[in-house]
Order: sequence, then structure tokens, then C-alpha cells
Amino acid sequence: MTVVEHSAHEDDGPVLEARDLRVWYATDRGPVRAVDGVSFQIRRGEILGLVGESGCGKSTLGRGLIGLLPDGSARDGELEFQGLDLLHLSAREQRDLRGTDLAMIFQEPLTRLNPLMRISEHFEETLRTHEKGISKDEVRRRSLEVLRVMGIPPTRYRAYPHEFSGGMRQRLMIALALVLRPAFVVADEPTTALDVLVEAQIIRILHDLRREYDTSLLLITHNLGIIAEACDRVAVMYAGEIVEIGDATAVFSHPKHPYTRELLRSTISLSTTGLNYIDGAPPDLVEPPSGCHFHPRCPDAMRICAERDPVDRDHGDGHRAACWAADLSDGLSLSEDERAPLEREEIAVADEA
Amino acid sequence: MPTKPDTATTENRERSATVLDLDQLAVHFQLQGNALSRLLGLKGRVVKAVDGVSLRLARGEVLGVVGESGSGKTTLGRALLGLAPTSSGSITYQSADRGPRVVSEMRGAELRGLRTDLQMVFQDPHAALNPSMTIEEAVGHPLVIHGMAQGPELKRRVEEALDKVGLSPTERFLTKLPSDLSGGQKQRAVIARAIILDPEVLVADEPVSMLDMSVRAKILQLMLDLKRDLGLTYVYITHDLATAKYFCDRIAIMYLGRVVEIGPTEEIFDHPRHPYTKALLAAIPEPDPEKMLPRNLPRGEIPDAAEPPLGCSFHPRCPEAVRGCGWESRDLRALVEEHWTRSDTAFDDEQQILGDLEHLDAPSTTATLGSGGSSAVRGILDRIKGEDPDEPLWSGVTSIEDTGPGVTVHFEKAGPPALRRAGGVDVACVLYPDETSDRDEA
Repeated sequence: MTVVEHSAHEDDGPVLEARDLRVWYATDRGPVRAVDGVSFQIRRGEILGLVGESGCGKSTLGRGLIGLLPDGSARDGELEFQGLDLLHLSAREQRDLRGTDLAMIFQEPLTRLNPLMRISEHFEETLRTHEKGISKDEVRRRSLEVLRVMGIPPTRYRAYPHEFSGGMRQRLMIALALVLRPAFVVADEPTTALDVLVEAQIIRILHDLRREYDTSLLLITHNLGIIAEACDRVAVMYAGEIVEIGDATAVFSHPKHPYTRELLRSTISLSTTGLNYIDGAPPDLVEPPSGCHFHPRCPDAMRICAERDPVDRDHGDGHRAACWAADLSDGLSLSEDERAPLEREEIAVADEA
Repeated sequence: MPTKPDTATTENRERSATVLDLDQLAVHFQLQGNALSRLLGLKGRVVKAVDGVSLRLARGEVLGVVGESGSGKTTLGRALLGLAPTSSGSITYQSADRGPRVVSEMRGAELRGLRTDLQMVFQDPHAALNPSMTIEEAVGHPLVIHGMAQGPELKRRVEEALDKVGLSPTERFLTKLPSDLSGGQKQRAVIARAIILDPEVLVADEPVSMLDMSVRAKILQLMLDLKRDLGLTYVYITHDLATAKYFCDRIAIMYLGRVVEIGPTEEIFDHPRHPYTKALLAAIPEPDPEKMLPRNLPRGEIPDAAEPPLGCSFHPRCPEAVRGCGWESRDLRALVEEHWTRSDTAFDDEQQILGDLEHLDAPSTTATLGSGGSSAVRGILDRIKGEDPDEPLWSGVTSIEDTGPGVTVHFEKAGPPALRRAGGVDVACVLYPDETSDRDEA
């Protein structure tokens, strides 16, 4: 088996491409702009990390891509998957795509596995639903193969979900998602409920997926360490928008957006010598702040930030950021008045997430 | 940039009086068996959540208790406050003004009186606050329960506590319900409720793990400020070594109910000795794409505490395991199954020869297996050994003899390693020779 380098696919078109994608929810107070105009691509075999604080729209974006949204929500913009326009498919056509081409790995595997069904029955159901008339031997062969890749011994094939430990259950979820060999998988916080040693095992599995499966993965997490470990590229989300996206190494070593920089600084890691944090809390997405949504919390905010939306610009090598301060340091000329530091309203200590 | 206030801790260390003294503390839970065994009054299995922990908590220090879920760290924390029943051993609390009291023997009202000195901050602030109580009621409730304040005095003290935890202006929060607050604000309210009785010791059980990354640092900073201002002593229970490194003076690493390594924070991080500590440190994903996780991380997960592994509890997962770690039948089963995940052709043929492996789950130092003839079974075992001759399990095998249609594998017997002195820390691992012999088998 050969390692498939994602660079080898750079000439291929993207597996999935979103352009100005929006996902809004209806509430009594008006629409919640959970995802508000995001554009990005995912190439074949690539792992894209999606990071941000809670309530910034990461999970909504992930579910929006698969089409698993609750009632009262709507998608708009453009979403193209392997040449198909996902937003204009019938409900039936969408359902046929899910599982075989688009899959999802959830956070809590125990709530997603049926406690009354054996693991073998889970696989039978999954395979039979999508591939009618598949033989019993074929089901067993394919299930055991994917379980083996996940490190689950064949002796456990007839066991029930409760007989597995937390990490094993998450492996089962990944195996169930991959047995149909989907082209695109969304993993929503797949390791949050797990211990650090088991988390490391699962990250390793996700990272190595492309060796055996040519799957593109959107990995949603709030843990920057996991992104650095497993992802090729990273998208940073804030208040429904992707504020920065690019190669993981470039974004982590030279963040363009102050939000990315502050998020990295506030992460407590083994090399932490002082405590840093971002003042304030993410905004209400019914009425997000004017201009750049981050300006009320941004230490670099200028007057222009509160007035005009920043432009999503490429800062070289596909490293994109939407920030006036980043534009300024790249040589954009702003007037004296626009450049003046923003006089921020005082953020009380307790106004926090 | 706020930095770690170390002046306060050194000053307190000089006083170095012990606040809490744990001596061979054990908390065992009886599992109820099936309906029939309950009817017959048979004893079920016992989960040894905490199994022989001895440690001293010095006044003014921050002791970190670190381990995975299932390591017994939360039970230990609850036992300190008398919230979990002590099965054996003792917890002695030395209050500054009232002398020693044995927590593990207290009951009822006496135990309730202890809460003015020992308090707890819970993991999930959403669950720790009564959703129908306003913040004023919730934070002031301990004063009401203990009859320590009422009327304007009560309100004054609630406002004072809210001010201390940064929930100011207080009038903005007094009338709020927990559902109106963000996660960080709720945790501040929980901390306010814990400090309103002016306790000496605060047991904080994962106080920041449910919070967003961006507020964790703020809550930890608040706790450090409170410790300095109020002279608190902390027991900080966590699975996160990164925050423990920043927050604690001393760290105890727990695994399956036992302390496997304990010592000063710097020593633990600079020279981790127990393989479990090393693994925990290596597994923390750093937000730096240049540093990758090592490949040789421990396999598997924390085992069932009702039937812990023989010998050292960590040996089935240990990357540094050696001969004397206590190998047994269950390890052999795991090894055979792991072998089957490596190639897909072996399983169908070999399973026939090895037969059912279920019975190997009963912990024993002898393992009888196989149904397809002794030489065939030996052949499979040799093949497994050939795949990885360095697997430490084989060094723990004393003999393999033919029995009927299969073989019996005999393993070397070994007890759980006791804590022993190694460098600046105490560690429970056979890799470190016992420097002091009088601390043998506890």
C-alpha cells in the first residue's frame, strides 16, 4: 500500500467547493447567521481542520455541507461536490449521496450506535441500505477489512456496542463511516469525549486514513493541538465567517488574523509560561457587529475595522485572511483616520464566553 | 502578562503545616451482581476506585491529581470532602484553629460542619447550579444552610464574593438565572459559592475542562488570584497535564486507583519517570505543526477497575514493560487478537486451531488454550512471537507445556509495585530499584 501524498492531487479539481455559502436558522428574534458567506475548497485526500470557539458556527458548517440541518434552517450560495450542485438536488438525491459519498463521524459514539444491535448488524444495515443485494460473505469481508484497519480484532465482530470501550466505539464509528468508502467525511469533535492517550490514537488513525482510503476530511475541533497534529490545512472560523485559511504550518507559525494569533496565545500547552486570554465573548449571530465581526475584541482594531467589512485576500500560497490590519502590513494604504486605533468600549472582566 | 505568583507559595511552604493527611486511603464500591445473586445475598464484584493512596497536602500548596477517566481521581477528591465513603485507611484534616479531625470517620451533621473548611468546585458549571435559583440565592445558599448570615448581611457577603470572582458590577448578576450566564460566568458563580464560607481547602474537579479554550486561562488566573488573596490550599483534579504544569506545585499521577508517581511539578515534567507519566506527556497535542506525536504511544485503554491487571496495572499498555510486570492470561488474548488485526488471512485458519479465547478473560498466571493440537498451537504462538520478538510478554513466560489438544502457558507471578523513592519523586514502577527497603509492599 502506498502513501498517497495530497500534493500529488493538486492538479485534480477539488472534491468539495463552497462559494459564499450561508446557513441561517430562523428564531423568534430573527435569523441567526450561523454560517455567513464562507468560501473554501477541499482537495482529494486532504484533511482540512476547522477551528474556533463554541458558537462560531463550526458544527453548523459541517452539518450544512452534508445536508444534515434541522427544520427552520436554510442554505444558500454555492456548494459543489465532485461536479454536483448540492444545493439544488432533490431531498431523495441528497439522501442517496449521504453515506456512500458524504459521511459524518459524530462526537459521542455511544449515542449513535444502537445498543440492541451487534456490530455485525450495524455493518449489515449500512451496507445493505446503500448496496442492495450484497451477499452476506461480502458484508463480512468488507466489514472485517475496515475493522482491521481500525485495529479492532475480528473476534469482536459479533459483540454489542456496550462491550467496547470509548475509544473502540469511536473506531467503530469511523469504520462504519468508511466502509462505504465515501469521498468526503465530516468529523465533528471526534475526540472530545476521549482521554488524552486514546485521543492520540484516534488522531493517528484519522491522519493515516488517506493511506488506505482516498477520503477528504473536514475535522472540526476546538483544540488547536489536534489541528497541528492531523491537518494539512486549517480554516479559522469566527462569528459565522472563515477569517483565515491556509496551510496549517503557515497559519500556525505566521497567523495573519489577530483572532488566530490570540487563539493560539490563549491555548494552554506544555510550553505555556504565562496565561493569556481573549477578552469578551463571541457575538450574538442575530445581530453581529458592524465591519469586522471581531473588532470589539481585537487588540489591533483600527477605526476602519468597525465601519467596513474586511476583504478576504490571498496573502500568498493560498493563505487567505480577512483583516484590515493584515492588509495594512502587506502595504495597503489607509488614510490617517482609518488607521487610527479604535477606541474600544470597556469589556468587563465577566463578559466572557 | 500575568505570571505565576511564586512568592506566596514559597512563603507558605516555610510554614509547611499539613492540612490533609491521607493514610492508605481506599474507596471500594460494591457492584451488584445479577438478580439471582442479589436474591441469594452473594457478594458482587468490587471496584477499587481508590486503592491505598497515602499523601500529605501542605497548607497553601496546589496539589495536582492527574489521570485518565477511570483512574479514581474524582473519587479521591470526593472522599476528601466525605462525599465518598472511605472503605479503609484514613483522612485527617488539620484545621488552622481547631486541631486535627478525622474526615473518614465523620457522619451527618459533623460532616456538614466540615464544609465551612473544605469546599468543592465541580467540573460542569451548567449542572452545578440549580437552574431555578438566582445567582444571589445560589451563591448565598451555603451561608443560609450553615445559619451564618441573613438579611442585609447575607446580601453584603454575596456581593463581596461576586466581586472577588470578577462578577461585577454585582447588581448585573444578582438577579440572573444560571441560564442567562455564559459557561465562564457560571464557573465564576460556582467558585463564588465555594469561597463564600471562607474555606481553607478547595477541591477543584476539572474546573476548566468544560469551558472554551479562550476562557480557561482566565478562570485559572482567577483561581491563582484567589489562592493568593484568601490563602487557599487547592487540590486540582484534571486529566490535562498542560494546565497542571502551569497551575500546580506538586503533582500526583493516578492510574487505576493508585498513585503511580508523585513529586514536585518541575521534576515530574523535566524528568518523568513512570512510563505512564511519560506517555501522558508525549500524547498532548501541541499547537505546533513541527512537533508530531510519537508513534509508540500506549495501546488500548484504561482497564476495568473491577478486575485490574495482575502485577502493575499499567503493564498491558506500557511501552517499557519488562519481565517482572505481572503478565497474565488476558495479555495473551490481547496479543493474539492484535495479531489477527495485522493480516486478514490468518484469522479464519488460526481461530479454528486456537478455539475459543473467552475463558482467558479470567485473570490467571496460567493460560490454557487451543483445540487443534499442541504442535499447531505452538506453531501459531511462534508465528506471533516471530512478528515481534521484542514483545515483553514472552519474557514473562516461564514455560509452555502441552495439555490435551492445546498448550498451557505459565507466566511469572508479580505483585503490584509499591511507591519507591527515585530522584526527587516517588514512583511505583519496577524499572526503578527500591532505594529504601522499609517502604516495601504496602
